[in-house]
Amino acid sequence: MPDPQGFLRYGRRLPSRRPVPVRIQDWREVYPVADDGLIREQATRCMDCGIPFCHDGCPLGNRIPDWNDLVRTGGWAPAIESLHATNNFPEFTGRLCPAPCEAACVLGIAGGEPVTIKQVEVEIINRAFELGYVTPQAVPPPSGKRVAVVGSGPAGLAAAQQLARAGHQVTVYERDDAIGGLMRYGIPDFKLEKEHIDRRLEQMAAEGVLFRTSVNVGVDVTAASLRQEHDAVLLACGALASRDTPETPGRELRGVHLAMDHLVPANRFVAATAAAVKDPAVGPVPPTPIDAKGKHVVIIGGGDTAADCLGVAHRQGAAGIIQLDLYPQPPDDRDEERDPWPTWPWILRNYPAHEEGGERVFAVAVQEFVDDGAGSVRAVRVAEVGVEKVDGRRILTFVPGSERELPADLVLLAIGFDGTEEQPLLDQLGVARNRRGAINASSDWQTAADGVFVAGDMHRGASLIVWAIAEGRAAAAAIHSYLGGAGSLPAPVTAATQPLAV
Amino acid sequence: MVHPHPQRTSEGLYDPAYEHDSCGVAFVADLSGQRSHDVVAKGLSALCRLDHRGARGAEPNTGDGAGIMLQVPDEFFRAVVDFPLPPAGQYATGLVFLPGDEGAAAQAIRVLEKYALVEGADLLGWRDVPVDPSDLGESADAARPRIRQVFLAAHRLTDTPEGPAGSPLSGLDLDRVAFCVRKQAERESAERGVAAYFPSLSARTITYKGMLTPAQVPAFFPDLRDERVASAIALVHSRFSTNTFPSWPLAHPYRFIAHNGEINTIRGNKNWMNAREALLASEVIPGSLKRLFPICTPGASDAANVDEVLELLHMAGRSLPHAMLMMIPEAWENDQDMEPARRAFYRFHASLMEPWDGPAAVAFTDGTVVGAVLDRNGLRPGRWWQTSDGLVVLGSEAGVLDLDPATVVAKGRLQPGRMFLVDTAAGRIVQDDEIKAELAAAQPYDDWLHAGLIDLADLPEREHIVYTHDSVQRRQQTFGYTEEELKILLAPMARTGAEPLGSMGTDTPISPLSTRPRLLYDYFHQLFAQVTNPPLDAIREELVTSLQSTIGPEGNLLDPGPASCRQIVLPYPVIDNDELAKILSVDEDGDLPGFKAVRVSGLYPLRDGAAGIKARLTQICRHVSEAIEDGVRILVLSDRDSNATLAPIPSLLLTAAVHQHLVREQTRTQVALIVESGDCREVHHAAVLIGYGAAAVNPYLAFESVEDLITTGGLAGIEPTGPDGRPSAAVAVRNYVKALGKGVLKIMSKMGISTVSSYCGAQVFEALGLDGRLVERYFAGTPGKIGGARLAEIHEEIKARHARAYPANQAERTHRRLEVGGEYQWRREGELHLFNPETVFLLQHATRSRQYDLFRKYTSKVDELAAEAGSLRGLFRLRTGVRPAVPLDEVEPASEIVKRFATGAMSYGSISAEAHETLAVAMNKLGGKSNTGEGGEDVDRLYDPTRRSAVKQVASGRFGVTSEYLVNADDLQIKMAQGAKPGEGGQLPGNKVWPWIAKTRHATPGVGLISPPPHHDIYSIEDLAQLVHDLKCVNPAARVHVKLVSEVGVGTVAAGVAKLKADVILISGHDGGTGASPLNSLKHAGTPWELGLAEAQQTLLLNRLRDRVTVQVDGQLKTGRDVIVAALLGAEEFGFATAPLIVSGCIMMRVCHLDTCPVGIATQNPVLRERFTGKPEFVEAFFLFLAEEVRGYLAELGFRSLDEAIGHAEMLNIVPAVDHWKARGLDLSPVLHVPELPEGAARRRIRDQDHGLDRALDNELVTLAAPALERREQVRAVVAVRNEHRSVGAMLGGEVARRYGGAGLPDDTIDVTLHGTAGQSFGAFLPRGVTLRLFGDANDYVGKGLSGGRIVVRPFSTAPFVAEEQIIAGNTILYGATDGEVFLRGRVGERFAVRNSGAVAIVEGVGDHGCEYMTGGTVVVLGGTGRNFAAGMSGGTAFVWRLDKSRVNPELVELEPLSDEEQVTLRTLVERHFAETDSAVAEYLLKRWSEAVEEFIAVVPRDYKRVMEAIRTAEAAGRDIDEAVMEVARA
Repeated sequence: MPDPQGFLRYGRRLPSRRPVPVRIQDWREVYPVADDGLIREQATRCMDCGIPFCHDGCPLGNRIPDWNDLVRTGGWAPAIESLHATNNFPEFTGRLCPAPCEAACVLGIAGGEPVTIKQVEVEIINRAFELGYVTPQAVPPPSGKRVAVVGSGPAGLAAAQQLARAGHQVTVYERDDAIGGLMRYGIPDFKLEKEHIDRRLEQMAAEGVLFRTSVNVGVDVTAASLRQEHDAVLLACGALASRDTPETPGRELRGVHLAMDHLVPANRFVAATAAAVKDPAVGPVPPTPIDAKGKHVVIIGGGDTAADCLGVAHRQGAAGIIQLDLYPQPPDDRDEERDPWPTWPWILRNYPAHEEGGERVFAVAVQEFVDDGAGSVRAVRVAEVGVEKVDGRRILTFVPGSERELPADLVLLAIGFDGTEEQPLLDQLGVARNRRGAINASSDWQTAADGVFVAGDMHRGASLIVWAIAEGRAAAAAIHSYLGGAGSLPAPVTAATQPLAV
Repeated sequence: MVHPHPQRTSEGLYDPAYEHDSCGVAFVADLSGQRSHDVVAKGLSALCRLDHRGARGAEPNTGDGAGIMLQVPDEFFRAVVDFPLPPAGQYATGLVFLPGDEGAAAQAIRVLEKYALVEGADLLGWRDVPVDPSDLGESADAARPRIRQVFLAAHRLTDTPEGPAGSPLSGLDLDRVAFCVRKQAERESAERGVAAYFPSLSARTITYKGMLTPAQVPAFFPDLRDERVASAIALVHSRFSTNTFPSWPLAHPYRFIAHNGEINTIRGNKNWMNAREALLASEVIPGSLKRLFPICTPGASDAANVDEVLELLHMAGRSLPHAMLMMIPEAWENDQDMEPARRAFYRFHASLMEPWDGPAAVAFTDGTVVGAVLDRNGLRPGRWWQTSDGLVVLGSEAGVLDLDPATVVAKGRLQPGRMFLVDTAAGRIVQDDEIKAELAAAQPYDDWLHAGLIDLADLPEREHIVYTHDSVQRRQQTFGYTEEELKILLAPMARTGAEPLGSMGTDTPISPLSTRPRLLYDYFHQLFAQVTNPPLDAIREELVTSLQSTIGPEGNLLDPGPASCRQIVLPYPVIDNDELAKILSVDEDGDLPGFKAVRVSGLYPLRDGAAGIKARLTQICRHVSEAIEDGVRILVLSDRDSNATLAPIPSLLLTAAVHQHLVREQTRTQVALIVESGDCREVHHAAVLIGYGAAAVNPYLAFESVEDLITTGGLAGIEPTGPDGRPSAAVAVRNYVKALGKGVLKIMSKMGISTVSSYCGAQVFEALGLDGRLVERYFAGTPGKIGGARLAEIHEEIKARHARAYPANQAERTHRRLEVGGEYQWRREGELHLFNPETVFLLQHATRSRQYDLFRKYTSKVDELAAEAGSLRGLFRLRTGVRPAVPLDEVEPASEIVKRFATGAMSYGSISAEAHETLAVAMNKLGGKSNTGEGGEDVDRLYDPTRRSAVKQVASGRFGVTSEYLVNADDLQIKMAQGAKPGEGGQLPGNKVWPWIAKTRHATPGVGLISPPPHHDIYSIEDLAQLVHDLKCVNPAARVHVKLVSEVGVGTVAAGVAKLKADVILISGHDGGTGASPLNSLKHAGTPWELGLAEAQQTLLLNRLRDRVTVQVDGQLKTGRDVIVAALLGAEEFGFATAPLIVSGCIMMRVCHLDTCPVGIATQNPVLRERFTGKPEFVEAFFLFLAEEVRGYLAELGFRSLDEAIGHAEMLNIVPAVDHWKARGLDLSPVLHVPELPEGAARRRIRDQDHGLDRALDNELVTLAAPALERREQVRAVVAVRNEHRSVGAMLGGEVARRYGGAGLPDDTIDVTLHGTAGQSFGAFLPRGVTLRLFGDANDYVGKGLSGGRIVVRPFSTAPFVAEEQIIAGNTILYGATDGEVFLRGRVGERFAVRNSGAVAIVEGVGDHGCEYMTGGTVVVLGGTGRNFAAGMSGGTAFVWRLDKSRVNPELVELEPLSDEEQVTLRTLVERHFAETDSAVAEYLLKRWSEAVEEFIAVVPRDYKRVMEAIRTAEAAGRDIDEAVMEVARA
């Protein structure tokens, strides 16, 4: 029985982040490991609700009240057991998820302060690794069935782990040189240090999952051969088709880039540097092609990717950074009429990267990337706008006379993704992208191609990591049953599940 | 045709088996044994004075039954028969109720003649008993039997010391022959369908009775008016039955007794009796007793069964008092002061027979002695008095006979567990102590016990085994353990030794609807006492309870001896693994062969399915029978050692199957059943196992789970810790055992059962959703009306659990070994809840943003969930198209429909002022009704039309129930039970009694408040009638509600409630909410309202009572569909609590009991109340939306108003398409049954009750008091009073309160002197300004709810006795009084000043449980106290003269000498007592005051004292008093 007075006794507290001047000197995570006392105190704030909306707000169905209570009493071992019951990779979600659970926390009603669920989560898995609780799980005798998982992001990995544990032979194919999908090179180390991925991969390998990197399915291996060699195929290739703005004048100028083109090489550089430190034989690491060092950077977009670019730019030593958002500045608190609790609210979100510097400009639209006369961008011309949604379509109204120029010699477009990329694999399978650029799944997670399943961003469009893992688990359950496996695997969501919304 | 039980057969949900009766009883006896007609006449006159304790049905001239038992009036019979009679005493006679059909009657007579011949009796002749049916009601007359009288004689067959062979038998000897004749004739005539019923057949006594009103008894039987009918004893009885179905035999007296009460353990007692029959033999009744079996006539009432067993014990040689004490022993188990020989007597007899437990005042006679005994709890009233001319009168009330006060030499009352006996042969009253001492000395019981009984603790220790985590987990899976159970049930029980509490109602499916595998236990719902019978308070009145039992073989009940108690004493019904090991190895060394124990394995091959279970059970039963033949005396039924192929049979099924098998085989009493159970883990589980025959339960896996939790770090906080600093497993297991045992005791208490030995096998459960044939086979006698799961489904459930332990794919179990559960809290992978994140969100958003379409989305989601599995109503389909649809605009408007809506009874205290007023404001705006709950109402709200609550509740705590509160109500609601926790009380801990709450409740801030489980003025249906009458008198304009909870038999209770003239009957579902309740009550007590409502509707219709009561329903009503279904099933009004709370912001936190509600609803904490976001508009929107939805349904169904739709259950049918794998066997057609009705019969209320207020004495008082009422002038009056004048002063007081509010009039403005015996509730709710001075005596409930008035009761000045030695007033005086003064010159009964919160009272001696639950006021006792003084007393002060400290319950109070200030207070009070009553004791004390004052002890509650000191200190220091008080309360 949790402490009913906990939330009255303690306020919400997060561990202090590393000091800005120090942390922007390196690429390490911004949070140090928190002490037991703080985490147990914060877990004590959980009220163990009769209807735990957090538990519902999480696509994975994380058993938040249960493990909060275990953390409260110091039961780290049963806590990780409870956490792993729904979540294959709490070390990823505990770092990367924007925590819809916290938005749904009862303590957050009427402007209150939710439990630091995400922090408790990550500390549970931190302790678990530290104390040796994360070990390869026993695997049953082989089922004789083979499954290919294409793509090694959280959806693919979750499915792979689930299926391997059910006795199937799983091979994960990754076109990049390392496993992890977007988590590997799409996400900066200051949010997720890569050793976390490696540690989990070790466990998976021990459980029998085979990993094949640098294999671009559809190019290096045909879809046909993949299907032939496997009893089922899961597509989990993400939603990496970056949204662009070709119609904006000056888009072609040097210095105007898609965000991912900046982020990925930057992260590779970090990885390579780390490898080089470990092994001097690797030799000097070539510089990243798009470096913000000494530049005036303008980041367009207000989401996670934009914040990642911001943090990277700080660490690269940008001279100045401005982040542009089309929408007006969101309120600090939930607007109950628009987003009643416990839905995901539209509020101003401050990421650690924001406290590291830079300026945010809201309600502006880019009119033009201004040429310095030499084919490079010199500035971004913006105008103030109002945005309205009419019948689901966005209508912009410009404020006359509000145009101005913002100096820029590096512009990063972080304005979202349009589904999964066009790739040969899709044609080979005869699977088409839908209007959102995503791949449709039927209720059993199969695509139009028999025995070919889809999960994660590739199915849902760019979304949260918890959705990716949830879909990976659900697709695994579907594949298991497609393969005639005994019993049933847990499936936290259906292909049609949507979060609670007005 | 006459049956020994009601003729009506079950129909729909109505079943005659649940009829209850209760009543008034009296006897008149001539002490010297002088027979006279005067005694008969006096008996009949007393009977008429008990008329108000009986009842009538729809017809005013059809009574529920009345009768009289007399000594055989030999002279009269001799004169009226036309054949010669042997000398008096040498013939047996009795009335015979014969079938009306002449042929059938002749056949019945032939049967009787045959058995007379067989038994060697001479049939002397028949007499046609003259009757005069002219005054009978229609239904009584229609059922009237042909009544003849038979005369028998018999002779000795052999030479005996009493006489030679051939000499005539007389008295008891002759009665034994008559007994044998009667038993056989009754049975065979019934079997032949020509039942003959014998009210009596004896040489000593004769009973006249029938379906009559008291006044009809002498009118119908002219015999009784004949002066030649003479008797020294007249025993009379007036019956109040819940139902009025025609039955003549059900009237009392029976052959030996007249009973006012109810045997709660009757099913068990009957089963045990049946089982005992095999070993019965008696030397005094020749031949095999088999011919007389069954002793307990199947289908007969509990009183009839008591009579039959008593008769057997008496016929076989025990005296009536002896037999009576065996069946209804006093509470000896915890009475350390009891005289050892008496204790040994009881202890010995406990080995022979379990108590027949329940409230009971049993009057009995064998024609020579006449007496009465009261149950151990003293739950029925009984008063006696003796005159100087040798008359002794005993009655349920004082004053049933007008006697010259100058001749009354002694008065007394029946006391709990005590016997009152008049021996007309010896010519004296025999004292209880003398009777018992004599019986106790009759045999060397103590020696027998020493030689026989073995204490469990004395058996040698055996090895303790610790299991591995994997082993524990595998078995947890096998038995379906969930993570939730470990967290919510096991861990807290192991930590605290108590069952955890929860709050709010349950909204999960009942077992047969759940799509998940459920344990068999979950299909059994606990029965609980309501209305006809009170629940007990096992905490505050622990001294009457016992969890101890003995196990081991029983012998011949009729031949007691040292071997009868060769048994093992089990101190507790739950035993740990080590104790079980002791028992299993009891005869390991071969030195205790009488206790040979064997473990029986209850596993079956899973692959054999249901047939496998059945076959295995058959095999086990055979095996068990053989074992018993081989001398096994202890059977341990075990489900250990299951494996991949062998699965456990549910322990409950195993236990019940074996128990019932052995009962049928009549070998049950030769063996003890102990259950070694893996699936038992909750309090409820243990209770069901015991209820179906387990003497003890060993929930081994629960113990091992607790140990495992400690090892794996899942259980912290156990104190004290073990030697290694880690939580101690031994302590945890002890705690867990304690929690289970205490929990079982509480469950027993809910049903009013005090001892586990009578609970064992008592089957006080109903089966909900189990197949009828399955129940019949394994749980025979368990009610269950709607069919359901068969063995096949039970097997499926076992299989599903088993599959978890032995999964086809272990990946399913990676990191998720146990199911999550989700029964108590919503979980994604858990059980379905109707309120889930989505429905809560939709409801809140829809009502807050006023979007009807969104509301429809909410209701369609809820209705969808309900259809999926959520509720019974979800399975119903509305039969649209049967009637032509009506255009929507022709349907009554929403504004009319909302007037039928009410919000739930949530007290101010359980919820915040903001939440409470939000509901009230909304309901007042709509014209619906909000409810105060049981916490009273602030005066400023009382008179504010926007914020008042129209419904004012009267619950067991009576908080804030003053005359002012009552007169300001539109409706008054008597809460008999609450859906979430029927049969339980409640407690508001001191830290929740904030100053503003205390003020409203008339309590002390910071001091805890207890609501007792029963209303202490309602132990029976006639008591409820009394309370309804009290309330009606105070506020004649208010409708009086009686709130009941759905359970099997609630229909008959509802009929009784309609008969006692309630205006509204509220049927609550089991799923109603609560601020705090033990979890087992939330989940396992009561049934869905669909069943209760339908049963009530059907029973009321069958009784022709539906037209005079409004029926309201509540319990998780959420949607318009719920409302329309309820209306079609018969409800006129609808209550909602959870839904409007959710609308107000509740998010089902379920922490209402913790005062930490984060949305400011269920809390008083000002910080949290800030967070309240509800608004009346939201609530209004909710009800208007709901009404709008109802309109839509009405239009579709073709009704223009709800009135048109009410009771049209034929407009519902069962959804055929829904496929619940378990619910397939459900048959809900009984729910939809509509009894055949006369054309145009009303299905709803169309007329008012006749409350008979015009006959109240108060009409006269109000007239006399006019000058005071109108002009505040002083009024003096003198009137006479009789026991039939009930609630004297209540109506007058109501007038005062209505005109002058809570302040009333100046003291003594209206000063009334009365002479005589006042009826019950004398001075109830008397406000300030009214003084009642009574010369004579008073009955129960004097000063109930006293609100400032004054009451003085003193004996007649001519009374010859010493006043302080005699009884002056009855039980439960000053219950819930808030203010005023009472002076009583003389002693009083049980529970004096119970829940007094402000009155001042002086009395000269009190019975048991004095000052119970008192929270304020001052009580002075100038005399002795009974036991358990000050139990649950949390406030106020009692000053007791020469207090016997051993009689005080020390839990909450301290005993100390009086302070100077207190001495002054006391002196003033004693002086006033003397002035008001001329008390001799007061005079004596005042004469020697300085010495006397030292002889007083102050009884002061500890917390109260602390708070009072804090107030004083704060006042002195000029601090904020509220703050100081709450500081102390929280400390």
